[in-house]
Amino acid sequence: MNWFLNFLNSTVGRKIVMSLTGLFLISFLLVHCSVNSLMFLNDDGLFFNEAAHFMASNILIRTIEIFLFLFLIIHILQSVAITRQNMKARTISYSGTSSTSTSKWYSRSMGILGSLILVFLVIHLKDFFIPSRFFDQLGFDSNGTPDMYSEVKEAFQNPAYAMIYVFSMIVLAYHLLHGFQSAFRSLGIYHKKYTPVIEFLGIAFSIIIPAVFAAMPIFFLLKK
Amino acid sequence: MKLTLKIWRQKNKSDKGGFETYQLNNVDTHASFLEMMDVLNEQLIEENKIPVAFDHDCREGICGACSMVINGRPHGPLKGTTTCQLHMRHFNDGETVTIEPFRANAFPVLKDLVVDRTSFERIQQAGGYISIGTGSAPEANNIPVNKVDADKAFDAAQCIGCGACVAACKNGSAMLFVGAKVSQYALLPQGHPERMERVLNMVAQMDEEGFGGCTNTGACEAECPKEISVANIMRLNREYISAKLSVERE
Ligand code: HEM
Ligand code: SF4
Ligand code: FES
Repeated sequence: MNWFLNFLNSTVGRKIVMSLTGLFLISFLLVHCSVNSLMFLNDDGLFFNEAAHFMASNILIRTIEIFLFLFLIIHILQSVAITRQNMKARTISYSGTSSTSTSKWYSRSMGILGSLILVFLVIHLKDFFIPSRFFDQLGFDSNGTPDMYSEVKEAFQNPAYAMIYVFSMIVLAYHLLHGFQSAFRSLGIYHKKYTPVIEFLGIAFSIIIPAVFAAMPIFFLLKK
Repeated sequence: MKLTLKIWRQKNKSDKGGFETYQLNNVDTHASFLEMMDVLNEQLIEENKIPVAFDHDCREGICGACSMVINGRPHGPLKGTTTCQLHMRHFNDGETVTIEPFRANAFPVLKDLVVDRTSFERIQQAGGYISIGTGSAPEANNIPVNKVDADKAFDAAQCIGCGACVAACKNGSAMLFVGAKVSQYALLPQGHPERMERVLNMVAQMDEEGFGGCTNTGACEAECPKEISVANIMRLNREYISAKLSVERE
């Protein structure tokens, strides 16, 4: 067991934890985004409510959800450990400046981008996750299903609130733009044939998923 | 041409240090960066001032001694070039050039631009070698090596251990250096018997020296004077993972 803890505490091991938890969060985003896209249907949210109710009550989904929170917490704790260790390794920065940058700004700002995501998550969980899991806070739709749709619709018709969402999705997009491909590199996956494919998928994912999420508040704003 | 030089001066390890500004009025555009520094030092000696300490040895881009950060970039602005191979024609008349030491806590400043890079040597001593006597060059066809691996090993072996990768990295990470050293042996049959112990020991030493971890920003590859590829970092990750999982000792 000792070797394993030792492994997880090495600079290489820490990034593996970061990578695996990050990839799990990515898979969650895909599911979450697909289910929420049902809100775009023109049925007053009936189908969406049914899907949301299924996600909130299915035992398998609820079990995976426990792991989701666990992995999110590990991802955050590990990001603090990594960022602190890396800041300690270089405490003085350069005075000289050059016009050409040798790395992307978002690859250097994962800690800040992640922290902004965390702020968003707190707001998001408080307003949507908690009501969706404790149904008594919700009304019912015409099918008698807990009415998550109206809850979302009402929240997003506040322009300031909608803007927080759009901004957060831009932040998420940049986190993923670096994170997606970086996660594979941290696992040692790098190959002339496959890396360009991973990079392409990473860019597509980082743009499409946050864009679809950001479209939701905009959709409800326009519908108002 | 005329140059204004803003140079980091620091008496010793414990001195706080700070920038001093110097004026050079007659810089030859054909001079190398280190020759320009020599001219500055002669001028300082004539003025009865202490010359600027900087590391240099081969002055032909192979020893890795000439550590300097020029305008925020290790080894200056030119791609794939050491400071000693950088020429003054790449600077503009009247320009202010900022020169500072490599910055990383595992590379403490000893004096002015000289940093202590023995942490790299300790990483090398932890496993960056083959522990058998190799004798004289063997008959070339005795051990078949495929060309692709031979080329990759050769590319990795070009690392001169200069430390620019560490200096360039916001995390002060030595993963490009260690990745190159591990790869160079892992890719060749002679390196195989010791590959597991090698990667475990070298990474352990790297962590102990206080280098940061890789976050895949790619700054190291962009600044490396030998253009060592980040593919070597991914190989280091692979080697480390498989060694950790398969070696029997705790
Ligand atoms: C849905 C939410 C999130 C997703 C999908 C996600 C995804 C990822 C991925 C895939 C990586 C790359 C791992 C690697 O380079 O090996 C990563 C890295 C990182 N994440 Fe997240 N993350 C999320 C939330 C957060 C949060 C809330 C924080 C912080 C509070 C955070 C902080 C970081 C940091 C600091 C890194 C390290 C990046 C680096 O090594 O350069 N992330 N994330
Ligand atoms: S990898 Fe490149 S920058 Fe790093 S020590 Fe080797 S030659 Fe220097
Ligand atoms: S002095 Fe040897 S590489 Fe520059």
